[in-house]
Amino acid sequence: MLKFILKRLAFLPFVLFGVTALLFSCLQFLSPEMRAALYVKDPRQLSQLDAVIEKYGLRKPLPVQYGIWLKQVAHGDLGYSETAKMPVADAIRSFFPATFELTLVTFFPIMIVGVFFGVLSAVYRDKFIDHLTRFVAITGYSLPSFVLGLGLLMVFYGRLHWFPPGRYTLDTDMLVHSDAFRHWTGLLTLDCLLNRQWAAALDVAEHMVLPAATLLYISVALLLRITRSSMLEELTKDYVRTARAKGLPERVIIRKHALANALIPVVTLSSLLFIGLLGGVVITETVFDFPGIGRWGVQAAQQLDIPGVLGSTMLAAFLFVTANLISDILYAVVDPRIRVGN
Amino acid sequence: MKRLHAVWKQLKRRPMSLFGCGLIGFFLLVALSAPFIARPEAGSRDPYIIPQTGYSPDPVLPSKDHWFGTTEQQYDLYYGMVWGTRTAFRVALEVVGMAMTIGVLLGGAAGFYGGWVDEALMRFTDIVLAFPDILLAVVIVAVTGPSLNHVMYSVMAVSWPSYARLVRGDVLSVKERDFVTAARALGASDGRILFRHIIPNSIYPVLVVASLSMGSIVITAAALSFLGLGAPVGYADWGQLISLSRNWIMGASGDPFAYWHTVVIPGLAIFLFVLGWNLLGDAVRDILDPRQK
Repeated sequence: MLKFILKRLAFLPFVLFGVTALLFSCLQFLSPEMRAALYVKDPRQLSQLDAVIEKYGLRKPLPVQYGIWLKQVAHGDLGYSETAKMPVADAIRSFFPATFELTLVTFFPIMIVGVFFGVLSAVYRDKFIDHLTRFVAITGYSLPSFVLGLGLLMVFYGRLHWFPPGRYTLDTDMLVHSDAFRHWTGLLTLDCLLNRQWAAALDVAEHMVLPAATLLYISVALLLRITRSSMLEELTKDYVRTARAKGLPERVIIRKHALANALIPVVTLSSLLFIGLLGGVVITETVFDFPGIGRWGVQAAQQLDIPGVLGSTMLAAFLFVTANLISDILYAVVDPRIRVGN
Repeated sequence: MKRLHAVWKQLKRRPMSLFGCGLIGFFLLVALSAPFIARPEAGSRDPYIIPQTGYSPDPVLPSKDHWFGTTEQQYDLYYGMVWGTRTAFRVALEVVGMAMTIGVLLGGAAGFYGGWVDEALMRFTDIVLAFPDILLAVVIVAVTGPSLNHVMYSVMAVSWPSYARLVRGDVLSVKERDFVTAARALGASDGRILFRHIIPNSIYPVLVVASLSMGSIVITAAALSFLGLGAPVGYADWGQLISLSRNWIMGASGDPFAYWHTVVIPGLAIFLFVLGWNLLGDAVRDILDPRQK
């Protein structure tokens, strides 16, 4: 087991190397002037374009630039992101907790709703509840997050003024940046509670309702389907028939026998769901102007802020590989029949 | 052909799948009859450019002249929706087709040749898979410049790996079968064995995935258009029309839903188009997947 984990962890630097190398190779489509444009804010600065190109070494061959960047990273310097207006390391530290919080707030409701209705749908196969669940799932799966997001904003912000976009109101902004506010966890809702700022905590939570609802509706379909089909498969197995023959009540069979086995693929896939969420936040964060990794990544890519793009994609790739690893480990832990590495 | 007939027989028994067929059929009809139901203005060079009836920045609600109203800068929404159907089909079919071809070729080669070819191709696939697909697509369009074609290339560039993985697995199992050994014993070349014997026998799962991923590919492409990376303003493309509506979700003062049509109409079209493909894909999977029987 340990050997397996170590082997997979050794794969991580390789993936990060590959991802960044691939991104650098995309840069050959751009002239040095186009990349320098990011650093030129004013038409009067245009005369200094060559100086900017020289300063950032944009005219050097791409492999050389990549080598220079790798050397920087090895020294712990990830560069400066123009779109975030701060060093990349600081940007990750500032944006990642926001995304993580949003993902966390969405993840558990998805698990609960997905498993509950997935089981219900399997037990009452081809009944009304099954059709309804499947319909809700497939509509969620077919609705682009930006369409749903804009629709929700129109109703709950434009019309009802309940849930505004963004991260927090101005008051909370001043509060969390004041010296008295202590950042214990980085998760803002929790921090507000720990600082006994109830109103601010509520404010932060209110700002997450719409993006979380969007992500929930769009991502729950996957879990619903997996739970349903896995449960259906278990219900046809011999041990369920044996339990029925023994005269166990159906409730016990479903809860104690079938569910435990049906949840194996669900648990395994839950970490992949986490990945799906991290991908889904890219558009959702942009629609709701939520300052997380996804919005930053899109902004950086649109404005050709290369250090920003490298930073955000490296983080995403890192999370992807880790979540895959966790998924494999969970698989072995949950299911005693599976032993990795032997 | 026999298999297709069986598919159709099963399809008839599922109301939801039939509904999906109906949706796609409807959009197909709209796309084919676009020149008749939304006549391009005389003398226009490109029918995909939506005619403008003024330059006022405010959208106008649906009326007798403009059935679906107009967007900002007075692009006729009805015309855009009708011709946008063609764009949607083009994006879906071309991207899935290209991604499938690349995936089948790379995955087939990896599974067939094995060894270092397999290792190199599959590690490359792993790297592309490690990207959040929308972010890589955004990067590719951002460096190559915004346009509909570049959106299509970028979505293709992020969606081939799942096909490659699938095909590789199937090829690995098919190439051990007796008829491959027989073909080899008869002196068939590598290319002939791969394209005539192995790939035709491992293509069905790929087709299932292709029909299932049609919807998500349309969503990804529309998302890029929504971010302003796709077709230029005024081009008949649903994603682009939605991005025009972003400024109008607040409505006018005192009337928050004043410009509802700019979001709801193109949003509904994308939703129904994707829903149609998903229902269809689900049906194809259930029918072709032997485990479900």
